[in-house]
Amino acid sequence: MSDLINSSLRALSVALAAKKVSAVELATLFLDRIEKFNPALNAFITLDRNKTLAQARAADEVRRVGAGTPALTGIPLAHKDIFCTKGWRTTCGSKMLANFVSPYDAHVVEKLAGAGMVTLGKLNMDEFAMGSSNETSYFGPVKNPWDASCVPGGSSGGSAAAIAARLAPAATGTDTGGSIRQPAALCGLTGLKPTYGVVSRYGMIAFASSLDQAGPMAKSAEDCALLLSAMAGFDARDSTSLERPAEDYSRDLEQPLAGLRIGLPQEFFGEGMDADVRAAVETALDEYRKLGAITVEVQLPNSGLSVPAYYVIAPAEASSNLSRFDGVRYGYRAPEYSDLTEMYSRSRAQGFGAEVKRRILIGTYVLSHGYYDAYYLQAQKIRRLIAADFQEAFKNCDVIMGPTSPSVAFAFGAKSADPVQMYLSDIYTISTNLAGLPGMSLPCGFGNNNMPVGLQVIGNWFGEAKMLNVAHQYQKITDWHTRMPRLAGAAQ
Amino acid sequence: MSLNLEEVARIALLSRIELSAAECETTRDQLNGILGFIEQLQAVDTTSIEPMAHAVDVVQRLRPDVVTETDRRADFQAVAPETEAGLYLVPRVVE
Repeated sequence: MSDLINSSLRALSVALAAKKVSAVELATLFLDRIEKFNPALNAFITLDRNKTLAQARAADEVRRVGAGTPALTGIPLAHKDIFCTKGWRTTCGSKMLANFVSPYDAHVVEKLAGAGMVTLGKLNMDEFAMGSSNETSYFGPVKNPWDASCVPGGSSGGSAAAIAARLAPAATGTDTGGSIRQPAALCGLTGLKPTYGVVSRYGMIAFASSLDQAGPMAKSAEDCALLLSAMAGFDARDSTSLERPAEDYSRDLEQPLAGLRIGLPQEFFGEGMDADVRAAVETALDEYRKLGAITVEVQLPNSGLSVPAYYVIAPAEASSNLSRFDGVRYGYRAPEYSDLTEMYSRSRAQGFGAEVKRRILIGTYVLSHGYYDAYYLQAQKIRRLIAADFQEAFKNCDVIMGPTSPSVAFAFGAKSADPVQMYLSDIYTISTNLAGLPGMSLPCGFGNNNMPVGLQVIGNWFGEAKMLNVAHQYQKITDWHTRMPRLAGAAQ
Repeated sequence: MSLNLEEVARIALLSRIELSAAECETTRDQLNGILGFIEQLQAVDTTSIEPMAHAVDVVQRLRPDVVTETDRRADFQAVAPETEAGLYLVPRVVE
């Protein structure tokens, strides 16, 4: 049984199909690990063993009946707590929604349940996905399984820590400015943010609607391809969902990489990247050259403006989206108030944490009368410059590569006192969100203190199958993605 | 551009977030730190650049004008802080 915790989703699917293991046994294996290791890691916010086992029994029944069973049937996964799940608490990491039980499922939850996957629980995250370290969660920070004194990254930190500790074989995540890729990098995982519009945002609690996108997090590119094939698809309930034919994202995994042109933006290799990260990324690029790829230098001259542009656009959208939390229809309501305005402003003051409030205030300011043109409109114009840079670069390359994060996982408290320092930890990931492009991170070695380093791969619009191919070929000749941390209290 | 306490209080009111006097001071300093950081955007020449509101250029889809939603009022009100007779309760706004 114990080798199953490090198995690929394909291997789990084969074991289930061959009746070597049942969905109930598999769910129990992971639930028992969660029970044992989660108290130290704090990766999960909500667990419900009975619900999980009921889903697993249903999956076993589907497999027993047989023919045409989807490959993922009976494989467990956990959801970031930003996805609404009917009958399970959905908190978004906030006191505001600490007792919220959604009356409906998110599209992604529906799709993965439809594919037969079994929900292990709901994963911790930065409050309303605003953070890069998981320190803003109302439910307490998540610990990095590689070193409990370090952050797991954020905002999908619970997803990353759960998979890294092998408490779940896969998880959902969301990425507004790097929230799938940065925690994947800091915890040694593979994670993919698809092209904007590929995965429906229905039932995914909104942060910045023009940037938010859901994607898979798992150990390998092969696993992510299977998950993305099940998650993606048109959904009329999301007005920005794209009407495109369904894709098998595994189709190109085995394509050779000979002749692949990898663009290296000089802006991603300048100052600001730690030496250990640089060394691991350079070594990975050498592996790609051995696989027959060629590297070309490209320019993204406006990428330095992506973090400041993002911190106008994302808070602006957040201030609008989060106005729905008013203490009237759902969520937290302050116990004492004398009139309606006070009820709103106290409920929001008490229900939101410090970082969420900061972003709402900044967003409100940049959208307010007299400042809109100078900040918001200017940031939107710069967003176009950033997006245009990528299109220019893709004239000369098939994918772009660089570091995912400028450093390996940092210590708790290292950046939490200065919001701007924290914002800069997403310096390499934010520009792809602004441009709507797909981006992924895959493990490419270890840096200082033996902490994982992530290699970022950026594709052009709808280039997911190519990116997964590029990642998979690397993972066939390296074993970084199979490494797992030694957990305190484990027999291993 | 840097904010004073009065402006912070006005933004907090617009945001419907109550701030104590002490919070106003720390908030002012933090917001000014962030505004100082985004100030660099002002130096960029964006003459004749179209603002980009969204990651992909899509037009809003139209659908037939028919009822598609079912009545789930009871489900939705089950998660409300306070309801009565199918209505959301808030403090009196009209005397």
